[in-house]
Amino acid sequence: MKILLMGNPNVGKSVVFSRLTGVNVVASNYPGTTVEFTRGTARIGGEKAEIIDVPGTYSLEPTSKAEEVAKDMLEQESPDVVIDVIDATALERNLFLTLHILERGVPVVAVLNMWDVAHRKGITIDIKKLSEMLQVPVVSTVAVTGEGIKGVVDTLSEVEDPVVRAPLSDDEKWKFIGEVTQIVQTIEHRHPSFLEKLEDASVKPLTGIPIALLIVSISFLIIRMLGEGLISVIGPFFELYYGPFITQIVESVIPSGLIHDLLIGTTSDFVESFGLLTTGLFVPFAMVLPYVFSFYLVLGVLEDVGYLPRLAVLVDNVMHRLGLHGSSIIPMVLGLGCNVPGILATRILETKRERFIAVTLMAVAVPCMAQNAVIIGLVGRYGLVYLGIVYGTLFIVYLGVGHFLNKILKGESPELFLEIPDYHIPNVYVLLKKTWMRMRGFLMEAVPFVLVGVFMVNILYIIGVIDFLAAAFAPLLERLLGLPQDAIVALLIGFLRKDMAVGMLEPLHLLPQQLVVACTVLTLYFPCIATFAVLLRELGVKDTARAVGIMMVTSLAVGGVLRILLEWVI
Amino acid sequence: MNVEISLADLHTSCGRVTRIEGGHGFKRHLACLGIRVNKKVCRVTAQPFRGPMVVEVDGTQIAMGRGMCRKIFVEVER
Repeated sequence: MKILLMGNPNVGKSVVFSRLTGVNVVASNYPGTTVEFTRGTARIGGEKAEIIDVPGTYSLEPTSKAEEVAKDMLEQESPDVVIDVIDATALERNLFLTLHILERGVPVVAVLNMWDVAHRKGITIDIKKLSEMLQVPVVSTVAVTGEGIKGVVDTLSEVEDPVVRAPLSDDEKWKFIGEVTQIVQTIEHRHPSFLEKLEDASVKPLTGIPIALLIVSISFLIIRMLGEGLISVIGPFFELYYGPFITQIVESVIPSGLIHDLLIGTTSDFVESFGLLTTGLFVPFAMVLPYVFSFYLVLGVLEDVGYLPRLAVLVDNVMHRLGLHGSSIIPMVLGLGCNVPGILATRILETKRERFIAVTLMAVAVPCMAQNAVIIGLVGRYGLVYLGIVYGTLFIVYLGVGHFLNKILKGESPELFLEIPDYHIPNVYVLLKKTWMRMRGFLMEAVPFVLVGVFMVNILYIIGVIDFLAAAFAPLLERLLGLPQDAIVALLIGFLRKDMAVGMLEPLHLLPQQLVVACTVLTLYFPCIATFAVLLRELGVKDTARAVGIMMVTSLAVGGVLRILLEWVI
Repeated sequence: MNVEISLADLHTSCGRVTRIEGGHGFKRHLACLGIRVNKKVCRVTAQPFRGPMVVEVDGTQIAMGRGMCRKIFVEVER
């Protein structure tokens, strides 16, 4: 049996999917979280069923790439049954898609999700009548708590062939929907709750902008404090227990030589030694993971509360100057965690032009958590001023490159058109699970990459490639950026993973202003290899080449200017 | 007396949608979010410098560029 999960954006399809299959997928409180489909399996009536979580769509006429995916899925997958997830607080407009799916002649089970929220809002829906009028089974659920999911499973095992329906025009559909909602739904007026008042306050400019500044500053403060707090626990663990332990083991087996150096390096310092078991584990676990955790925890709260679309409204004006609209702030925020999901999330944008600008800006100027960890780890110790220079420069580059692209690329940026979700109080269990999933994703990606990277750097050193590269690039870059030859190598190696560069920059004991230049260029010049692969996939060869060209020019120009300015000031 | 104004000119309270200009795709997208002829639309707020407006329909808030709002006409009591 093959089951498609469909529905409007932000109705909780992904939560229903997780509940049915036990497969965890990221779900958030804003439209467009799912841009790709996810497959999972569940047991339905003793039979194994394949379930596919499809991106949200308002109709079967796609207006964005994510919606296109949804339409293609319905046509190509030929499902045995479609679970149509409906937001019970917005029955009327959700039914439009329901009618579209029904016209395709597929059996449908309608799931009225967010039943609890509807209840709180004073909305009652007569499920039996709705089921009669639509001629499909209807089940109510609260997917975040799992309520009603069993009912869905039971209903799935007994779906019948659909009634053949004559296709209706759009107007006829709306007329029918109007009649249905009139009969099945009653809405009792409630006074606005505190959350509802807060909803309005956070989009009104006079109150919204101070609230936004407050939320963004508090978020960064929490990320930094929590990250540093964790590092102060994990760091000593590595230094006091793990380090001596692993050194002793390795040295008792292999006292010296090539393998010994590959495994634990030649110095005892975790960052500098560049051994597989020392630097290779210390960097991802003790330097980057703490920030990844704290970032995703804070991001998860903002996502699940439903704050991000409001931020999109407030920044819409600014984003239009960069050829984008407000919604593109959501991929950008995701990109701060890792550019890969950030780039995928640009699929919510309508035009190719917007996607090119958003993706390029992200790859150039949005530092992922691995980069942030490098920046904070290396530059942070010299004080906030230096950190401010790095992030200030990145911000200016973001605005500058965006402005430039908006000017030279033909076309206009479409207007913002976005549904703003209600505020929800996050479910702690769902939130922690999501954070854990993203951390696991980071570990699975990062650790192998760092290990391979450390290994390769060692090998490249031994066979002399590093010296060759350094000699080839150094004269130009030394003069331009004011960095020693070895720092240039670190930048080149950063292509594999940006956080590895920290291990190579650390032993050079650069001046603070040199570190500022190195970190800024490291962020700007080229995405890491994983991001590069996604760039290729999403933009194609030609546009990727253009984006890379922009990155190269920007990083060298900005690095050179920054160096001159810093030498002049300091 | 009832007068027809564009949604962009709706400065306070609510109005009833009378007509929508623009292509089929635009109208349909609006319809899917609840903005259709005869629907009551309320203004929540608007961003300065001709930034997007936030309106409420059927208890759902929608953010829309000002250009789109100019294509939606509502009837208000004067």
